[in-house]
Amino acid sequence: MENKRRLFALITPPSVFLLFFFMVPLVIMALYTLKASSFGPLLPFSFTAFENFFSNPSYFVLLLNSSRLALLTAVLSILLAYPVAYYLVFYTGARRVMLLTLLILPAWISYLLRVLAWKVILGSEGLLNQLLIQAGLIQDGAPILLYSQAAVLITLVYVWIPFAALPIFAAMERIDPRLHEAAADLGASPSVTFWRVTFPLTMPGVASAFFFVFIPTLGEWVTPTLVGGVSGIMYGNLIQDQFGRALNWPLGALMSMVLLVLVGVFSYIFNRFIPITEVPVSS
Amino acid sequence: MRQTGKWLGLGYYLLLLLFLQLPILLLIVFSFNDSVLLVFPLKGFTLQWYRELLQATELINAAKNSLIIGVVSSVVATVLGGAAAIAIARYNFPGREFFLNIATLPLVIPYVVLAVALLILFQALKVELNLWTIMIGHTIINMPYVMLIVAARLSGFANNLEEAAMDLGATYWGTLMRVTLPISMPALVAAFLSSFTMSFDEFSLAFFLAGTQNTLPVYLYSQLRFPSRLPLAVTTAAVVIMVSVVILLFSEWLRRLGAGRPKV
Repeated sequence: MENKRRLFALITPPSVFLLFFFMVPLVIMALYTLKASSFGPLLPFSFTAFENFFSNPSYFVLLLNSSRLALLTAVLSILLAYPVAYYLVFYTGARRVMLLTLLILPAWISYLLRVLAWKVILGSEGLLNQLLIQAGLIQDGAPILLYSQAAVLITLVYVWIPFAALPIFAAMERIDPRLHEAAADLGASPSVTFWRVTFPLTMPGVASAFFFVFIPTLGEWVTPTLVGGVSGIMYGNLIQDQFGRALNWPLGALMSMVLLVLVGVFSYIFNRFIPITEVPVSS
Repeated sequence: MRQTGKWLGLGYYLLLLLFLQLPILLLIVFSFNDSVLLVFPLKGFTLQWYRELLQATELINAAKNSLIIGVVSSVVATVLGGAAAIAIARYNFPGREFFLNIATLPLVIPYVVLAVALLILFQALKVELNLWTIMIGHTIINMPYVMLIVAARLSGFANNLEEAAMDLGATYWGTLMRVTLPISMPALVAAFLSSFTMSFDEFSLAFFLAGTQNTLPVYLYSQLRFPSRLPLAVTTAAVVIMVSVVILLFSEWLRRLGAGRPKV
């Protein structure tokens, strides 16, 4: 009884906060998809937003493109981060954490500022363009690297490498070095050891890296706005647009719900393999 | 074989380090460049942009807002997330799984979705957007981090310390204050600091939920559209970068301190 009261006192404030500012908004947003327009009353329900959304294939194309870009971003950042995690864990000894911190320091610097840096580098008068001109590879003012899908991809990969590196590093660090010795004793070559011992054991890290890069990238709209231009916009820009210029909140709410469902499905599948929320109870 | 691997690895590490740090260094270099254009060759050394920064009242105001929002939302997130962490680490109750699932959901929701959901809520309730609305958004995204950090710390300790305190006659709340909280303290401080940095940097929620008052990222974003204001944005960036690095090194140091758990 006493215990119950204590638990109640601990769990009520966070639950109430989550209910009012997390669950309720999502429910209201779901209802909002049935509104006739941004400013009218909720009733009677209207399916205008649904008709609008499902009759316009370009929304799906953009969602598909954004998923592909998010997938590419996640895969590339993992591919770039994996070798460095491997090097740090298996070759650098005690200095590894220091070396890792040095590497991932940029991750703690404002997201917007890191994107700004790439705007400066990839811009039409930017560093990369100048370099290419000086190297004689392109003529003056030739390809404008800024405002393309490639610019979005480069910037996103840059932004996410540290976040991909961390979980992979953590998973690798947990590998018992005796396993490698055992593999070698049993006659496995280094590459066999890697593919049959190290790689499988780092899979949970790779999976969380994938998840934590893929999901936020799917909803990304800031980077595309700054470096993407017309050809670089993503699904998140659609949502932002409905609440900004287009002022079609019901459609924006529906687009958000679609993204939410998609993320929910991914999270569910992911959670079946790696439960991120598991916390043991000690009593 | 191993030697080659070592050199290859080192080479790759240095390349990646260059790739990750160069853009940041570039911003810092341009903040001292005597030109409105962010192009090479550099014109000359100047502190002009830093002087202008001190006079940019709108920017300073935005930074102040970010500071206030960061502190308040992190305190609230730490208190609420900490309470939730104690509950989930110390009690097995019906609905615990459900609570965990809901409470960690903000980790995986794209911020733009949460932002528009809150925007719709506030509009439906006819709440005017202001610093408080941003704080609520930031609290929601920071709570799960706090909860997981603190719960991980608590589950590293068996609850027999708490039991011992109560056996010795301490009340439950006395035990909470004098045993459980001190145990969680390193995690709470680390959680607070990482919440603060997250909130200070967060753009998407702040963009949608800001009324007439900007946060620093929202202000910076508004400046990026005007080429003539870019140097000032870059200089702000340089300052923020230097401050962030100091704060994060400090919080990393605290986290390490907390990670060295005594054996119980």
